[in-house]
Parts: sequence; structure tokens; C-alpha cells
Amino acid sequence: MTPELRFLLNGQQVELTAVGASDTLLDFLRINRRLTGTKEGCAEGDCGACTVLVGRLTDDGLVYEPVNACIRFLASCHGCHVVTVEHLRGPEGGLHPIQAAMVEYHGSQCGFCTPGIVMALYGLWMSNPDASVTDIEVALQGNICRCTGYEPIIKAALAAGRAGGQAADALAVEREMVAARLRDMRGERVELSKDGERAIIPADVDDLAAVLEAEPKATIIAGATDVGLWVTKFMRDISPAVFIGHLMKGKRVENGEIRLGAGVTYSEAAPLIRQHIPAAYDYWLRIGGWQVRNMGTIGANIANGSPIGDTPPLLIALGARIVLRKGAARRELPLGDFFIEYGKQDRAPGEFVEEVIIPIRPQAKVAAYKISKRRDSDITAVAAGFCLSVENGTITDARICFGGMAGTPKRATGAEAALKGQPFARESFEAAARAVADDFTPLSDWRASADYRRTVASNLFRRFWLEQSEPGLPVRLHEAVGV
Amino acid sequence: MKDETIIRGQAHQDTIHDSAIKHVTGRADYTDDLAEPHGLLHAYLGLSQCAHGKITGMDFTETLAHPGVVGVLTAKDIPGVNDVSPNGKHDDPIFAEEEVLFWGQPVFAVIAETRDQARRAAHKARITYDVLPHALDPIAARDAGMGYVTDPLTLRRGDADAGMAAAPHVIKGRFNIGGQDHFYLEGQIAMAVPGEDEDVTINVSTQHPSEVQHMVAHVLGCQNNAVVVNVRRMGGGFGGKETQMNLFSCVAAIAAKRWNRAVKIRPDRDDDMTATGKRHDFVVDYEVGFDDDGRIRAVKGDWFARCGFSADLSGPVTDRALFHCDNAYYYPDVRVSSHPMKTNTVSNTAFRGFGGPQGVIVAERMIEEIAYALGRDPLEIRKANLYQNGQLTPYHQEVTDQILPRIFEDLEASSDYHARRQAVLDWNAKGGVIRKGIALTPVKFGISFTATWFNQAGALIHVYNDGSIALNHGGCEMGQGLNTKVAQVVAEAFQCDITCIKITRTTTEKVPNTSATAASSGTDLNGMAALDAAEQIKARLVEFVAERWQQPKDDVRFVPGHIRAGDHLIPWNEVIAAAYMARIHLSAAGFYKTPKIHWDRATGRGRPFYYYAYGAAVSEVSVDTLTGEYVIDRADMIHDVGRSLNPALDKGQVEGAFVQGAGWLTTEELWWDEKGRLRTHAPSTYKVPLASDRPRVFNVTLADWSENSERSIKRSKAVGEPPFMLGISVFEAINMAVASFSDYREPARLDAPATPERVLMAIEALRE
Repeated sequence: MTPELRFLLNGQQVELTAVGASDTLLDFLRINRRLTGTKEGCAEGDCGACTVLVGRLTDDGLVYEPVNACIRFLASCHGCHVVTVEHLRGPEGGLHPIQAAMVEYHGSQCGFCTPGIVMALYGLWMSNPDASVTDIEVALQGNICRCTGYEPIIKAALAAGRAGGQAADALAVEREMVAARLRDMRGERVELSKDGERAIIPADVDDLAAVLEAEPKATIIAGATDVGLWVTKFMRDISPAVFIGHLMKGKRVENGEIRLGAGVTYSEAAPLIRQHIPAAYDYWLRIGGWQVRNMGTIGANIANGSPIGDTPPLLIALGARIVLRKGAARRELPLGDFFIEYGKQDRAPGEFVEEVIIPIRPQAKVAAYKISKRRDSDITAVAAGFCLSVENGTITDARICFGGMAGTPKRATGAEAALKGQPFARESFEAAARAVADDFTPLSDWRASADYRRTVASNLFRRFWLEQSEPGLPVRLHEAVGV
Repeated sequence: MKDETIIRGQAHQDTIHDSAIKHVTGRADYTDDLAEPHGLLHAYLGLSQCAHGKITGMDFTETLAHPGVVGVLTAKDIPGVNDVSPNGKHDDPIFAEEEVLFWGQPVFAVIAETRDQARRAAHKARITYDVLPHALDPIAARDAGMGYVTDPLTLRRGDADAGMAAAPHVIKGRFNIGGQDHFYLEGQIAMAVPGEDEDVTINVSTQHPSEVQHMVAHVLGCQNNAVVVNVRRMGGGFGGKETQMNLFSCVAAIAAKRWNRAVKIRPDRDDDMTATGKRHDFVVDYEVGFDDDGRIRAVKGDWFARCGFSADLSGPVTDRALFHCDNAYYYPDVRVSSHPMKTNTVSNTAFRGFGGPQGVIVAERMIEEIAYALGRDPLEIRKANLYQNGQLTPYHQEVTDQILPRIFEDLEASSDYHARRQAVLDWNAKGGVIRKGIALTPVKFGISFTATWFNQAGALIHVYNDGSIALNHGGCEMGQGLNTKVAQVVAEAFQCDITCIKITRTTTEKVPNTSATAASSGTDLNGMAALDAAEQIKARLVEFVAERWQQPKDDVRFVPGHIRAGDHLIPWNEVIAAAYMARIHLSAAGFYKTPKIHWDRATGRGRPFYYYAYGAAVSEVSVDTLTGEYVIDRADMIHDVGRSLNPALDKGQVEGAFVQGAGWLTTEELWWDEKGRLRTHAPSTYKVPLASDRPRVFNVTLADWSENSERSIKRSKAVGEPPFMLGISVFEAINMAVASFSDYREPARLDAPATPERVLMAIEALRE
């Protein structure tokens, strides 16, 4: 055990002992270090003005990803390399290619969002040298610019991509040295405290099990994309907090199932989703913004018990299971059974989600839908996962789960019944569209009215049928736009 | 040969924003980035949790016991007047006294050693209320007899009743138009530093330093000369910092003087959005009479605005809605009235367009009504009703600079409008799930503050003895590139590279009695004032050079980097060094006031606008008719900025304004619950456009053939607000896609914003 938090900040090693559970990376940068290039725009991970890169060691080596410093807890940076806009340099010490392109294409007006946008684009430029316009839009899902209308920013990003120079970039040149320094920081459990708050960073998953047995009421924090807001918005006391974002990172395909450690982020899982559940990939890239997907984990998304649930509607439809662990004891249950009612899950004190198991269903007809006021980086009004088995023109199995329609992600049992045993035909989906109206009693709020939610839920059955039956005309927006 | 070269940063060139490199490196200082004075304290507001009620008790026991808390300020702690009303109506308290009038109204402030302490302590106060009935929207307010926050206005020309009676067709309708939050990326912030005597210096993110100065003096009970206000730049303003920063500045100033320590105040995003004003929502009842050819005969209308609990800028905002109720169209007989309703909501304020968009969009709604009623392309109706030079607006100003026919012609060709409209009709005729819409809408926007006395500006130029130039003017930089454009004007005047010019922060110490940087007027006014200052110094230099180098004054010319006197070519630095030694005054204060304008509100007649800026856009959208979601397939626009001072920056304004205007009418929805609490108060719940929401194809062109017919600064035109209204083309295109479900027999009449929900529910209604 060590009482010291260690990480690299730009070119410097930082060692801290007085760290509270609720200290954010952004406040540390701005207040303690006066690195004021990183801005606070919303303190909830939705505007991207605070975007920094965090580099961390993974199975694939040292990986840098844009994250939101506003909701990232300082303690979660242990063993990481935090890179702020102040660290960017061009090959000769002037502007970095991203910065030069942003200047050349007039990509800034008021400039307040600009450092965050530069950092998101820097992350993209490093990881995807041939980024397309769509890739750039996905990379900027978590960044709001209120001045430019984005057009010059997109042009700047394309120009920076054309300019290249990744091999000569400082973070590439120093990669081995940084990786070695980060490796040296890892190992022991870290226990920190400040002003009565405590933060614990377990050494490994067995250590986590031990910590939680000792501290069953601790707040478990993985990506902090929700818990971060408990602090920044609601000023809730989260101490003692156990930081697990670095744990349970395993991901593999085995016996026709994807097995994801609970600490696997949305971004880390994305390639497996693309490969094995391609119908859900578009949906996957609409969970949060890029920064959020780089922090948020699938295990925590489940454990958090949101009534909308970014991943559960899809995962329940696919028949996913989770592994819960308490001490050395593990149990496995269907994901759908985990959600008992609003705010209540089948998780005992000291127990944690360790693994998520997703069956791959190559023969099934699968779809995932997200309906929201704004396409990207919006909290879902209605989410849905569809998984149908069809044999010889008959629907033999239907698993359909909705989010945003009830207090938990919940299957549309009436609609499922209306489909099972019926011909795979338009009439069956019309019947299901009618039946789903009785499956849910949704709420009205600022995201959507109950009427809208119900109407959309019905229409998704029609959409599913149209997508599967290929009616000749485009049925998806992006197919109709033609650019 | 030297004469042939041109300077860097000359007027009409694509010069980069003066802070661009600082923006991208994170070295541009915003108010929260300034080095903090030793002993800085932090203030945090406590907001009401009741839409309307009598305050029955305030208990600060737990607040004061919180670690780090230095004290609490309430209304009784204000040394001067508890009011930040920008219009003298005395209806805008800093802290509510006996009654709260909206959910989120500031009631007190906590002062503590850290911001976190002040914020946490503020949430520990216990305020109790006797809850009173409240009215949130303008119609509910009218029904409840809430009255007006400021005097309404009626514009009339001709006889609207007779014109309506004589019209072959008459259509009436009601249109609900939502408001909009500014969502400036940098929230409200002020830092006050106390000085000796009554002095205090305020660093604040503001569009109106002079008003901050006057307000702080007013609440401290001191003279204006005791208060200095500085702003280097804002992280976005859009009108949201024209009056809304006054309260924050005053709280910081009161605390700074009381504890004799510097005090910073910065609300979190939720409080910022809850406690500061927005674009006005309107409910508009319109009536339009027209003939068989679609020509408008008469228009009548009532604009009911959600003004909130106080007047703030609602008077001029609702006036401007009426000034733009015609958009670009001639109304032979017209009578329109504003109803600035008092409501139990935050007091609405300036926002890019300043009421104009809520006038323009109603004009476009009436055009759509006529087109659908007659089964015509709305563009034909638009063209049939465009102003011709010599016609009078509803406020009796003669239109003399109409250029929309040429803009339409160019845009129809460049966007291939007619073929694409036919393709859209053909596409929709197939009856698929994805429907399309296309619309071409214009804007004609009046430039000048309608309060004539605001149309003045000052500037101060120093030329130091090494030839470097310090430029200061009364305008504020909020991203629009004002400082760059004014510096280009000065660079060109002196024929110096723009790099010789230091653009300093805006401060009340250098230029007094400035107007807000608003009404798109920043460059028009301050550019002229700076040019005036430059010309004064130039005249002195000409006289000096003529005498020193023994040449006639007519032979002294400013050429790139030099002054030419006959055959002598003297480098700028040498001229200045010599001028200094010869005791030539190298500093000048410039001044400008807009000529020709006048406005008599009592009679509703005058020439409130110096000139008009024009533009038009074509937008095409695709709508998913199973969910109501949509994308903007393509947008083409041609916009008039006269002879652009900086085409790159002006184009940026057009692009940004278009997307912001489209956001207003699509995903940006303000939603209050029944208790009067705004529930969309952060980017998680309030959805401004993202990169993926911009048009898939985005063609923005400046009308480079246009020149201001008035003697504006270098014949350019204002650009901040007018292109905002180009976003209306997106709204009309969505309406068309929905109307395909009725085979275009009638318009979709969507309320704004056209959220996916509104779109889907309108489609479902037509399906049945």
C-alpha cells in the first residue's frame, strides 16, 4: 500500500498525497497548476471545453484518448499520462499541425471551446491519420462550438490529416520513455485522503474484492461519467471512493460469446461490436460523445441501473449475462434479471459486476435504436434492442427490450408475444406495433412526452420490418441524404 | 517599387483573428484565467426555489457555519440601490427583497475563501416562501392579467381593416415560437478588485463595459469615475452579456468593497442558464389578406412575448420583432402590435437578432400559408412580394437599397433550386419513410440601434515613439473578429502592417460612455471612430512631413511601411521618431455617430435604420417520418456584407449564425415544469447543434458584388445578426417534408422549435 498518487502531467511527474475522493482533474489543472488552457464549460462532460488527453498502458501498449477533465476524478489518473493543450508543440517547436490548421482555416472565433476541440482532434489525428468527415464528426460529438457552425473546424481537421507528421509527434517520439515511467508507477494499492475524504485505488481485481468486502458502502467509480456529476452537479459526498477504471479490462471472444471485463470502455469494446454485432455499431457510436465513450465502462453502465441504460436494452435483447463477484464468490445471472425496479438492482453490498457476456447471434435479425432530440451526445428518449430468430419464414423467437419506457430497461413482452410464431411479414410487425402500446406506461419529461415515446416505440417495429424487408426506398436518414 | 507592395492585414483581406494563435494554444486569457489577486474571495448566488412567492424567512445558520464562509449578502447589504435595470424602470433587483418573481431568482450571495465552499454553503441556506399563483407563458399571463413589463408598440400604415376586408383571401393563424439559451461557452463571470477611496476595478465577461460601470456605481452609491471595467475578450456573448453580467459584477463589487478583498463570482452552468435571460418566446396571432396572384394586401398581427419578471431589454426587443414582421415583403396595409407580457420566468434579454427573427419567421409563415392556399411554390410568393425601392416599411422608412432580386437569381442558379425542388416533390411522391423538403428564404435586416443615441462610438489611438501603435475602442471582442477588423482599418489608414498594432483590452478608462457591442454594430461604429482617430494623427504627420521634407502637403502620402513626400521615401519608424522629437502629438481620440437616423416611437414613424443587410438561403432536409428525426442535406446561402472588411471572418459569422439559427428552430428547446422550474438548464438537457448537425453540404458565399450604398466603414455592412435568420430556411424545409403527408394542400404549421417530437406528432396527425 502506498499513500501517494503518481502520474505524468505533460512533461512532469506529479506525486500527491493529499487527494480527496471528489477532487476533479480539471480543478487540479486550473486551480493548483494554473494550466488555464483547459476550460470549464459545463462541468458535466457535455461540452468538451475541458478535453485533455489521458495516456494509459493497455494490452495494446500506451494509448492516448480524449477525456473530459471536468468529471474525471484526479485519483483516477494514477499511473496515467495527462496531456493538456499547453503540451502541444510542432516538430520545430511552433504550432502543432492541428493548431496550425485551426488557425489557417479560421477554426476559432471566441476561442473558448478551441483548446478542447484541439485536444479532441489531436486524439483523432494520432489514432486515425486518415480520418474521414464522418470520423471527425464522431470525434467531435463531445465538443460544442457555439460560434463557427463547425465547418471550418472540419476543414482544419481534414487539412491536419493531410499534413500528417504523426511519427515525429512528441508523444510518439517519447512513447517508450513514457510507457516505462508509467509502468514504474503501477503495482501497489493506493490509499489517499484529504479533509476527511478517502480514495482507494486497488492494485488488481482481487484487491478490489478485498477492498469492497472491507468497505461495502464505498462508491465504486469506473469512468465517472455519471458519478462525476454526483459531485460537480449535486455536491454529493462520495467518500470513501474506490477507483476501478484500470481494472477488469479483459476482452475476448469464446464459444460464440463476447466476454467483456466490467472495466472495458465503450471505445475499447467498439471493434468487437463492429465485428460481431455490426447492426449495433452505429448505435454504439451514439452512446455519449467520444470523451464519454473513452471513460465510461459497460460494467458500470449496467451497475449504475439507469432506466434508459445505454447498453442494457441491446444487451438484454441479445440475451447477455453478467458475472457478479463478492470476495471470492461469483454468480452469473441474465442481465434482464439484474434490474429489479427504478434505482434498485440485484447487487449486494460489497458485490460488484466483474464481467459481461454477450452471445453472438449471427443468424438472428438484430437492430439497436436510439431516439433523441439531437442525434449525437444526447440522453436517449427511447432506446430499443431487437433480436429476432426467423426460421422458414416464421418468427421463432423475439427478444425486444426498451429503455426510457419504464423505471428500468424492460422487455416488451406483449409485443414479443405478438410476434412469436407469426410469419415474418408486415402484418406481424403491425400487430406488434399495436401490442407494444400496452407494454409500457412511459413518463413525460423534457426529453419527450409519453405520447411521443409510445408512438416512437410502435414505429420502431415498422422501421425494423422495413429495414429487414428492403422495400426499395431508403428507410434510414443517412441512406437518403446521399452524401 | 515600395508603393506596389501591400501591407499585411489590409482592409478587405482574409486576415486571421488577432487571437487565433492564442486560442489554439490555450494562451488566450478569459476572465477566469487572469492571475488571481492575493486573498481572493469567491461569491456564489443563492437562487429562489419558487416561481412566485412571498419570502417568509431566511435562515443562514448552516451557511455561515460552513468552512471558509466569510459572510452572506442580501438586499439589505447593498450600499446604493438594489437595482440593475438597464432602462431606469427600477424593476430588476440584484437580490429579491420581499417577493420572488421566478424560480431561480437571486436571493442572496455567499462569500467564502474558495468557490467550492461558497457554492456548497449557498445550498445550505433555508429560504421559506408563501407560494403565490404564477403564470409562465404569455397567454397565461394575459389571462391572469399580469400586464406588460414595458410599453407596447403598434406599427400601422394604410388601413389594415379595410385592406383585409377587400382582400380576396384571408388566412388567420397562431404561431408559437420558442426562446433560446445563448449557451456562450464561457459562462458569466466577474472579478472585482477594490481600490482606494470608493474605487473598484471589475474584470468581467461583458458586451457592455460602460453599463457595468454605471450599474456598479449605482449599487455602490458612488460616481461613475470610481469604477473601472475591463474586458479583454469573451468566450461568446450573442447578446447574453449585454445586460446579464450586470448583476454578477455588482455582487462582486459589493463584496469586494465590504471585505476589502478581491472577489470573483462564477455561477455553474445550471445556475447560469436558470438565472439569466434568454431569447424571447413569442405567441403570434397573424392575419394575412392576399389576392389570387399571391400578393399580400393586408397584414394584422399581435406579438405576445414572454418577457419574464422585468423589462430588461424587452421594449426594444419586442419593437424589433415588429420592425421585422415584414422581413423582405411589402405590406400595403398593415397594423401590428407588440404585447410585452410580464411572466414568472427569468427576464428575457438580447440574443442575436434581438426580436428580429421572431418577426421574420412570422412573415415567412404567412408566405407559406399563401403558397399552400394557392398551390404555388412559396418562392414565387416570396418574389411576388419583395420590396421594391421606394416602398415604405410598416414604420414608414423608405426602402432604397433592395438587392434581394439579384441574390435570389444568383442563389436559384448556384443551388440549382428549381431542379432540386422538383426532385424533392418526385421523391416524396414515392411515399417512402424518408421525406424531403426544400425552402429558399430571405432576410432583410435593419442595421442600427433603434435607440438612436446608442449609435455613437469612441476610440483611442496612441503611436509610440518606436512606431508601434496601441489601438483601443469601445467595442468588445466576443469572437466576432471586431478587434481584427478595426485593426485592419487602422493598419490601412497608416499603411502599417497589422503586426505593428497592439489591440488592447476594452476598458472604461480609455473610452468612456460606450454603447453595448450589440445590434451587429461593433465594426460599423468602432471602425469609424478608430478611423477618425487615425485620420487626426495622419493629418498632424502630413503637416509635419511636408514641412520637414519641404514638400507640398498634397504630395505627402502614406504608402506601405513608409511615408512618401515627393521623392523622399521615409520609413514609418523614422517618421514617428522624428515627429516625436519635433513634439508632434501622437495620440488621438476618435468619435463617430451614425448619420441620417431618427425614430419617433410615439408616432411609429422614422428612419430607425441606416441601411439594410440582405441575404438568402436554400436548405434541403430529410425527415425520418417514423421518428421525426431529420438531417440538413444541404444548405446554400448568399449573404450581403457590403464590401467585406475581412471575407474569411465574415464568412465565419454567416456559417455560425446559420447553424445557431437552425438550432433555435430545431433541437434547442426550453422546457419548464408546472412549478415554473426550467428543466433544460445544461448541455445534457438543452441541445445546441453539434458538428454532425451542420448541413451535409454547406455552401456559403458572400455577395462580393455588393457595396453599402451608405458611407459605412469602407462600404462594408454589419454581419453579426442578419445571417442568423437564414436558419429559417431549415425550418420551412422541415415544414414542407411534413406537408407532403397532406399532399401539400395545407402547410404543416409546425411550432418552433421543430423538435423530432413536434415533427413526428404533426406527421401522425396528418396520417390519421
